[in-house]
Amino acid sequence: MPVINYIEFDGAEYSVEVAEGISLMQGAKDNLIEGIVAECGGCCVCCTCHCIIEPQWAEVTGSAGNEEAELLALLDITEPTSRLSCQVKVTAAMEGMRVRLPESQY
Amino acid sequence: MNTSAHCIIIGASHAAVQLMISLRQHGWEGSITVISDESHLPYQRPPLSKAYLANTIADEQLALRAPAAYEKLNITFKLSTTVTAIDTDNKQVHLDSGEVLHFDKLALCTGARARPLPIPGADLNAVHYLRTMDDVKGIQASAASAKNAVIIGGGYIGLETAASLTKLGVKVIILETESRLLKRVASPQVSAFYLRLHTEEGIDIRLNTQADKLLGGQALTQVICADGTAIEADMAIIGIGVIANTELASGAGLAVDNGILVNEFAMTSHGDIAAAGDCTNHPNPILNRNLRLESVPNAIEQAKAAAASLCGIEKPYAELPWFWSDQFDVKLQIAGMNQGYTEAVVRGDINNSRSFSVFYTANNKILAADCINRPKDFMLAKKLILQATDCDSPSLADENTELKTLLK
Repeated sequence: MPVINYIEFDGAEYSVEVAEGISLMQGAKDNLIEGIVAECGGCCVCCTCHCIIEPQWAEVTGSAGNEEAELLALLDITEPTSRLSCQVKVTAAMEGMRVRLPESQY
Repeated sequence: MNTSAHCIIIGASHAAVQLMISLRQHGWEGSITVISDESHLPYQRPPLSKAYLANTIADEQLALRAPAAYEKLNITFKLSTTVTAIDTDNKQVHLDSGEVLHFDKLALCTGARARPLPIPGADLNAVHYLRTMDDVKGIQASAASAKNAVIIGGGYIGLETAASLTKLGVKVIILETESRLLKRVASPQVSAFYLRLHTEEGIDIRLNTQADKLLGGQALTQVICADGTAIEADMAIIGIGVIANTELASGAGLAVDNGILVNEFAMTSHGDIAAAGDCTNHPNPILNRNLRLESVPNAIEQAKAAAASLCGIEKPYAELPWFWSDQFDVKLQIAGMNQGYTEAVVRGDINNSRSFSVFYTANNKILAADCINRPKDFMLAKKLILQATDCDSPSLADENTELKTLLK
C-alpha cells in the first residue's frame, strides 16, 4: 500500500499506508487524522475535506473537476494545488506523496 | 485524567464514532465501551437507501472507520447486545445477556427506528423497512427476483429507495397519503419538482392514496388501497418516518419530550449522561428554538459537544442544520430550516431543468435554501443565512447577479 504523508497545519506529520482506490479523505479518517472533517462523507458537497497537494505531486493527482473547482473557489484560503480530498483516489504512483491540511478544518 | 474511569456509549452510529474520537482528543484515558444491538461495526447510514442499495458501493466502503482505527482508540465493542435498562442510582447498565456494567460517564447515541405501519400483512415476506444495513440486504434479496415494488410513503427514504430500485431494474409505484410528496419537510415548489423528476424517470406516483392491507401467502402478492384499488407487487418498502429511541432514557427517569432532552452542551437531565444524534431534542441557538433532527452533521457536531462535556469542558453545539438527498442524477442540499418563510424565491428553471435553487425568505432575510444540483448556491446560502444578510428577492432570483456579491 502506498504511504501518504499528511501534514497538519501545526507541522505535525503522519505517514500512513492507504490502500489504492481509497480516497485521500477516507485514508485520513481511517488513520484518525482529524484535520479532515468530511461532513458529507465524500459526496463532494460540503467543502470540509480541503487539502493542499505539495506542488511536485500535483501532476500525479491531476487537477480538480468542474464541480470540485467551483466548491474550492468558495473557500476563503486556497492554493493552486488545493483539492477536496474525497475526490482524490490513491494510486501506486502516490507513494510518498505529501498532503497538507488547512487550519480551518480543526 | 483518571485511567480507571469507564465511559459507555450506547449505539454504534455516526454520533458514537465522533464521540469516542473526541473523548480521546480531550484526553479521556479511561476505557470506552460501545454497545450496539446491531452486529456490524459502525457504518454510514445515508448511503443505505442510495449507493449501497443500488450496489455501487461495497460493505467496506460503508464502514465509518477501518477496524484498525478502533484498535488505536482502544475501544471495546459489544455488538448484537441490547441494553435493557440504565440504573442511574448505581451508575450501571443492564444487558440482555444478564451482564451488568458500571459506568462513570454514559452517552446515549440510540438514534431512531423506522415507524411501523400497523396494517394487516405488514409482516409478510418481502415487506421491508429501511433503516439498517441488514434491512438493505433483505431489500436486495427481494429485488433480485422482484418485478414490481410498492413503496409506502413519499418522503426522502421512499424517494431515494425508488430511485435505487429503478437502477436495479425493478418497476416502482409510490403510495403517498398526502396531497404532495415530502409534505412534512419540503415546500410545494420542491414537492412538485420531485413529482416531475420521478415521473420523468418512469416511477408511478399515486398521491392521496393510502395502503390498507398487504395480501399474499407467505410472500407479498398485492397491495390493497383504501379506495379498493389492488396493486400487484412482489415486494414492498415502508418508509413513513422514524421514532426516536428514547425508551431507555425515559425508563431511567431522564427528561424526554419528542427526543431525549439535552442542553446546548448535549447533557441530559443527569449530570453524568450525555446524548447525541437523532435521539435528542436540543436547543439551537441560531434558530432560537428546540429541534429534533435526523441528520449526520447534527450527529457529528452534537457528539463533539457531548464528548467535551463528559471531559468537563463546555463546548456548546450551535450549528445551522443542513441535509442532503441523492435521487437519480439529482443532488439536493438543504441549508437551514424553512419554517416561517413568507416567500419562496426560485433561482433557475424549476419547471424544466434539474438545476436550480429555492430560497425561503422572511423580512428580506434567507431562512433556508433548497439547492438542486447547485453545490455553489448551497455553500453561499449557508453563509448568507448565518450572516443574516439582507437579500432582496429580485437579486436572489436573477442568475446574472452573483450570489457572492450579496455577502457582507
